[in-house]
Amino acid sequence: MSMKFVFPEEDDGVAARGGGTQGAIAVAAAMPPADVVAVDPVDAGRRWFLKAAAVFTTTVLAPGVTLMAFGDIDAANARPADQPVSSAQRWGLLIDAAKCQEGCSACVTACGVENGIAAPKHAATDSQWIRTLKVTDPRNGATFQMPIMCQHCTEPPCVDVCPTGASFRRADGIVLVDRHICIGCRYCMMACPYKARSFVHEPLHDQKPYAPRGKGCVEGCSMCVHRVDAGGTPACVEACAKTGHAAMIFGDLYDKNSEIARRVATYRTTRVRADLGTDPGVYYQNI
Amino acid sequence: MRMKRHWTKLAIVVACLAAIVAGAVTGPVLAGPPQPARGKGEKCVAPTDWMRRYHMQALKHQRDETVHEGIRTPRFSLKHCFECHQVAGADGRPVSVADPKHFCRTCHDYAAVRVDCFECHASRPGEEPIRTGSTTDNPPAAAASGDVAALNRYLGDAKR
Repeated sequence: MSMKFVFPEEDDGVAARGGGTQGAIAVAAAMPPADVVAVDPVDAGRRWFLKAAAVFTTTVLAPGVTLMAFGDIDAANARPADQPVSSAQRWGLLIDAAKCQEGCSACVTACGVENGIAAPKHAATDSQWIRTLKVTDPRNGATFQMPIMCQHCTEPPCVDVCPTGASFRRADGIVLVDRHICIGCRYCMMACPYKARSFVHEPLHDQKPYAPRGKGCVEGCSMCVHRVDAGGTPACVEACAKTGHAAMIFGDLYDKNSEIARRVATYRTTRVRADLGTDPGVYYQNI
Repeated sequence: MRMKRHWTKLAIVVACLAAIVAGAVTGPVLAGPPQPARGKGEKCVAPTDWMRRYHMQALKHQRDETVHEGIRTPRFSLKHCFECHQVAGADGRPVSVADPKHFCRTCHDYAAVRVDCFECHASRPGEEPIRTGSTTDNPPAAAASGDVAALNRYLGDAKR
């Protein structure tokens, strides 16, 4: 027996207020020039918004190198906030292991800061959305490092095995856990060939408002879905670019003009355990 | 004799009345309906009566749309509730759900409803806005300038 549920009419004032917030996000994604950085912390958000609005046209007209550095996110074409994600897009990552510097863990740190993941107390069991992997060739001792996280598969084994439907693949290719439905059985952790999922064993406090996490649920890399939905890029990609290594690129694999799609089409890329047929959305170079 | 009985009755009645009045003034006061924190804006996202009755359905509907379809409209988002209905604590920061003055707790404590939203969700607005991939969103701290310099170096390299 289901009750008919109708939302009340939205009055204009509220619509304008809500629209304003979304507008701010859309403009934020336009990546204004670096001089906007040096604002006073007091009311920086509002001042930043006004400045961002002022430079919006310029940025859209001349996206050039700045946008390329972050993976060709075109804010002008960002999905409206009230529209569902569609399978016309496929978000993916391209990671060049040759550019990944051994000993650098900027991506791991940035992931923790962004999503509120504390430094591990119990390294074996604490949450880990992204980790760096040191690969050694036992025959000659050659080593390289690469970051590994949820590979956002087209055929995700974690989704196949989930008994409640909590583990799911969004239409745009991002594989997520719906914590409202997750019962914490950890079947997905066993099914994932990439060891990309973690279980939260202890109560958490002071989570980020945009990244809810809690005890008793399985979790994994969300490709910073809150940033992607706002037209941004994952925190790891941004951090990697800031170090100057720029080993990671984020973008739409289906968009032929995107940096990631062009690179995947141009260079020989590898996907981890491609033989399993999971069709990951994370591509690697030089591994 | 008869007169005396009347006086006694009257005295008892007066004493009882006095006790009742005194009790009403000094005795335990029953708490009235809770007064949750008013939002910052002019009005709520929906009429108050509707919100009292249906806010859970609205939140649940929004949660499924947000998690599964990426629809992040602010109207019925939990985050949006606290952006308006925040209660400042002793330190000036908005209080978390650990404080009985928290917007949700004022009613839920009264109605003896225990919600588990905040085992995962933040119960107060974040200190920083959602960053969207733009480096200019970083706080203008000294540490950020090094990062920006590194980024500029990288951008310079990319141009070549």
